[in-house]
Amino acid sequence: MSVGEARPHEAAALHVTGHALYTDDLALRASGVLHAHPVPAPHAHARVTRLEPAPAYEIAGVVRVLTAADVPGVNDSGTKHDEPLFPDEVMFHGQAVAWVLGETLEAARIGAAAVDVAYEALPSLVTVADAIAADSFQGARPTMARGDVAAGFAASTRVFEGVTELAGQEHFYLETHASFAQVDDDGQVFVQCSTQHPTETQEIVAHVLGLASHQVTVQCLRMGGGFGGKEMQPHGYAAIAALGATLTGRPVRVRLTRQQDLTMSGKRHGFHATWRVGFDADGRLQALDATLTSDGGWSLDLSEPVLSRALCHIDNAYWIPHVRVAGRIARTHTTSQTAFRGFGGPQGMLVIEDVLGRCAPALDLAPEELRRRNFYVEGQATPYGQPVRHAERLDRAWQQVLDTGEFTLRRKEIDRHNAGDPHRKRGLAITPVKFGISFNFTSFNQAGALVHVYKDGSVLINHGGTEMGQGLHTKMLQVAATALGLPIERVRLAPTRTDKVPNTSATAASSGADLNGAAVKDACDQILAWLGPVRDRLGDGAAWEEAVRAAYLDRIQLWAAGFYRTEGLSWDATTMTGTPFKYFAYGVAAAEVEVDGFSGAYDVRRVDIVHDVGDSLSPLVDLGQVEGGFLQGVGWLTLEDLRWDSSDGPGRGRLATQSASTYKLPSLSELPADLRVALLERATEDGVVYGSKAVGEPPLMLAFSVREALRDAVAAFGPPGVSVELASPATPEAVWWAIESVRG
Amino acid sequence: MSTEPAARPGVAVTVNGAARALVGAQPPVTALDWLRGLGLTGAKEGCAEGECGACAILLARPAPDASPAAPTAWTAINACLVPAAALAGQEVVTAEGLGAPDALHPVQRELAVRGGSQCGYCTPGFVCSMAAEFYRPGRGAFDHHALSGNLCRCTGYRPIIEAAEALVAPAADDPLAARTTAPPPSAPAHALPGWVRPGSLTEALARLGEPGAVAVAGSTDLGVEANLRGARPDLLVAIDRLDELRVLTVADEVVEIGAALTLSEVEARLAGRIPLLDAVFPQFASRLIRNGATFGGNLGTGSPIGDLLPALLALDADVVLVGPAGERTVPLTAFFTGYRRSVRQPGELIARVRIPLPLATTTAFHKIAKRRFDDISSVAVAFALDIVDGVVRGAAIGLGGVAATPIRATAAEHALAGAAWTPAGIAPAAAALAAAGTPLDDHRASASYRRAMLGQALPRLLAEQPGGRAS
Repeated sequence: MSVGEARPHEAAALHVTGHALYTDDLALRASGVLHAHPVPAPHAHARVTRLEPAPAYEIAGVVRVLTAADVPGVNDSGTKHDEPLFPDEVMFHGQAVAWVLGETLEAARIGAAAVDVAYEALPSLVTVADAIAADSFQGARPTMARGDVAAGFAASTRVFEGVTELAGQEHFYLETHASFAQVDDDGQVFVQCSTQHPTETQEIVAHVLGLASHQVTVQCLRMGGGFGGKEMQPHGYAAIAALGATLTGRPVRVRLTRQQDLTMSGKRHGFHATWRVGFDADGRLQALDATLTSDGGWSLDLSEPVLSRALCHIDNAYWIPHVRVAGRIARTHTTSQTAFRGFGGPQGMLVIEDVLGRCAPALDLAPEELRRRNFYVEGQATPYGQPVRHAERLDRAWQQVLDTGEFTLRRKEIDRHNAGDPHRKRGLAITPVKFGISFNFTSFNQAGALVHVYKDGSVLINHGGTEMGQGLHTKMLQVAATALGLPIERVRLAPTRTDKVPNTSATAASSGADLNGAAVKDACDQILAWLGPVRDRLGDGAAWEEAVRAAYLDRIQLWAAGFYRTEGLSWDATTMTGTPFKYFAYGVAAAEVEVDGFSGAYDVRRVDIVHDVGDSLSPLVDLGQVEGGFLQGVGWLTLEDLRWDSSDGPGRGRLATQSASTYKLPSLSELPADLRVALLERATEDGVVYGSKAVGEPPLMLAFSVREALRDAVAAFGPPGVSVELASPATPEAVWWAIESVRG
Repeated sequence: MSTEPAARPGVAVTVNGAARALVGAQPPVTALDWLRGLGLTGAKEGCAEGECGACAILLARPAPDASPAAPTAWTAINACLVPAAALAGQEVVTAEGLGAPDALHPVQRELAVRGGSQCGYCTPGFVCSMAAEFYRPGRGAFDHHALSGNLCRCTGYRPIIEAAEALVAPAADDPLAARTTAPPPSAPAHALPGWVRPGSLTEALARLGEPGAVAVAGSTDLGVEANLRGARPDLLVAIDRLDELRVLTVADEVVEIGAALTLSEVEARLAGRIPLLDAVFPQFASRLIRNGATFGGNLGTGSPIGDLLPALLALDADVVLVGPAGERTVPLTAFFTGYRRSVRQPGELIARVRIPLPLATTTAFHKIAKRRFDDISSVAVAFALDIVDGVVRGAAIGLGGVAATPIRATAAEHALAGAAWTPAGIAPAAAALAAAGTPLDDHRASASYRRAMLGQALPRLLAEQPGGRAS
């Protein structure tokens, strides 16, 4: 059987030999291609007062300068109509005000520098603090509430308040944004794009070009990483390529350099949170009153649903009877912040984990005891009213990590070590993850697939999901092979295209396998049903190929369109209540770190993880998602440090960390010395394809364990019972200042 | 491209075993661009500055230890930084050349079956870095640092490390292993528009006298300037294979290190003779960069945070410059004149570095950075102390990242002279060190953190080496 079998990625042999093709590799194989280069604005906020393309045409090899005047349709690259493709008001440093097409990239680059643009600089807001001070917000301002917060505080014996600030994160998919557009003899536009959302890319390209959707086809062969960064952000680049191709009749390639990608593309939202929290005498949460302000950047993008998910995850795994959480989205003159693995969930959860980590010493409770004491139990519901089903799984995972991780024993060893070493202190922490699975917006929870059985019995599947490395295609092959009862070698998978499966949702919200897997299985089941009478007639001994051949001769349909929609979901965005999630994914991690008191530098010595993926569709793929998500979370929380120039100098608003040499993501030096990952057993999820669970996003938040372990180690430099405030990201410098603070 | 003269005979490139004419290879075309133009799109541009390793390829280079038994080493480099013209006469192997989907190379097989690829974009680069280590003669345990210049955003690295550690020795009939026992390809003199590889030092100096001419060795700095900032020098003069600049000698009173030797070569040939440099090497960028970056290049760029420079300052090194008028020797302390400026005159080359012997008894290199592998220092402190019977008899301390140039911490050095190697004894020097330089706030660190790290450096060293042992 294929489902449940540990298999390498379906394209692994292509990956390791360099044969796997990505969008820009396809462009290299075409001839007559034009190369696109942006004309970046050198201001965070400015009005374009003159844009004169003529000087660019004096550069040899420049073919066309694209400006707003060239747009036949709508000059906007978003879904909220607040993202002009060619802006007359610059909204962030490095925003493209025009694009130049050249015979070579070098010609386009030099041509872009030659375009004559004049600006009138305008005042800019670069930080969330700037925006709050200026009352600069955008979009909805939801409040999620349950119970009576005032009563909750009245019933509390201890009340704390504080501020938690947490930084954003650059996706740093290894493949930067790339699109390649061609136009055929009939004007059909074909865009190959590194996109997690081919349908929306198609729609944006169509509205920019003034075409109907059926005149535009978008294909995504594979992505060199997405992580949410290619959910909404690719559309504008695809539109530039498509616009260039329609205007010149030649293929047009857009591929951002790393600097351009860092400068122009949206990132994980940083958040600013103020909170007030009440506990009873036993350390049980009674009330939480918080205001979360996200840094949305210059346009709305996906900031509203990101904020919703942040609000819906501020409880993480904890029962809080009385809750009021207000959310708002700052508008700043920076990149338009967007989806990133976890989609606001990590930010909401970090707030409550920070609260608990800071309050535990004052409550005279070990942080692990404080956390465990507040876990949901079966029958309780989230602040938005969804019952927390399978809460006992969290207990099981927690206990398994404590047991297999020898938590109590190691706590003693660490205490002994810390007592004997004045310069290097160790820390240990265990943290839970509860993450809701489904798009908050109910309508997106649908998917389609197209399964073809050819006369020779071979099978080709299409589905609406995209492959970004997460192993979705591997899982879909396994689902189809299992559903049809075939060896996996009999099944092939074709690239994701909008002319095969229309109206798809983004491959996002961890839901790719749940939704598309169910759609693939639906298509397979239809075919099997049609084949049933033929196989009955032929008898049990008949081979698949024989049955297929007989069915064809009997004029039985051998292909099917599959469809799936997640049942039982509801969401009211006005009241912030409902049952937005099909289920919750659970996980627990314990981390041990060692911190150097001379520098704040640290090592992650050991991490134990138990994660709930239901009945795994593909254990090797799922293990990779757990480990990769975890380390990406470690990067966000400890290392990756986005810095915008907030000075009043000429570089104001410029991303200071706009290259790989200044923005550091984890390298293998951040791999814990000892990493032990187990998938939770006895975890069948009813009603999901083959009992599986989503895995893409939840493991990222296992990294909270590392942040809390750092807090624990820092505390060991101070007097007993000290509360530690730790900046996020907890870079060595941030850890150093935390140590200095507790040393007094 | 069609107007370019055909490559001369003898300067073809061997790519994955087949000869290829070096067409379309004039600067600013990089080795990566050129290989991708051949349809070999396995190598990718991930960052264009040698930080991510997605562009890694293998070159047959002189073995870093100059071993007679295995004179050639399969050397992984960042193809995004190296001019395509530098491939003339060389042998290149890419991920496509190592194996095929139905005939995987051992490195490829281990990565594939263990889940070592997810999105696959970084994978060909990892394959090449890993293959270089796979073929390293005498390899024992897999050196993780071989992968320090490759970034993966998907896997979390565990399956990649496991793949690396699962590798056994190359098979007896492995052709690439066999290749290491034959001499490496030479670097023939040749020219392309905007590029020349001179046949001698004299010719190199003559060409460097031309307007707009720039010397290039490993191109690990120049490549970044070209890719990220559009630097387009009129003429690149390749000096990395000039024998006169590739000599390493160890005499009684001095070690001389040729400026065109790469850090990997110096590391291998010194074989631990200078412990302070041994402490620097694994913290200097990545193996991919160290395979290209040269001693002379690091000095010539003169970054205030070039990690080699504080160490060479602490070692009291001299710089030997060579120009049309001959050689001159400059103490390193007098070499730097300002931010990325030095006393080197236009047309002069750095010939070699002289490190006087004997070495100090106690040396250490403290690099403060966000990431342990392949990051740029916010502060670097290099110590060379003579500690005899618990007393500091001599001190040289080089600092990076705290001024416009690398500097010596002279006040701290003076305060250490004659001081007891105890917390109380070093306190005045620690205070002097904390006040050294003029640290700035930037995206790497705050000025106050930099100052704090300077202040911690001596107490840390004392804690690490309470007896004043050699590092």
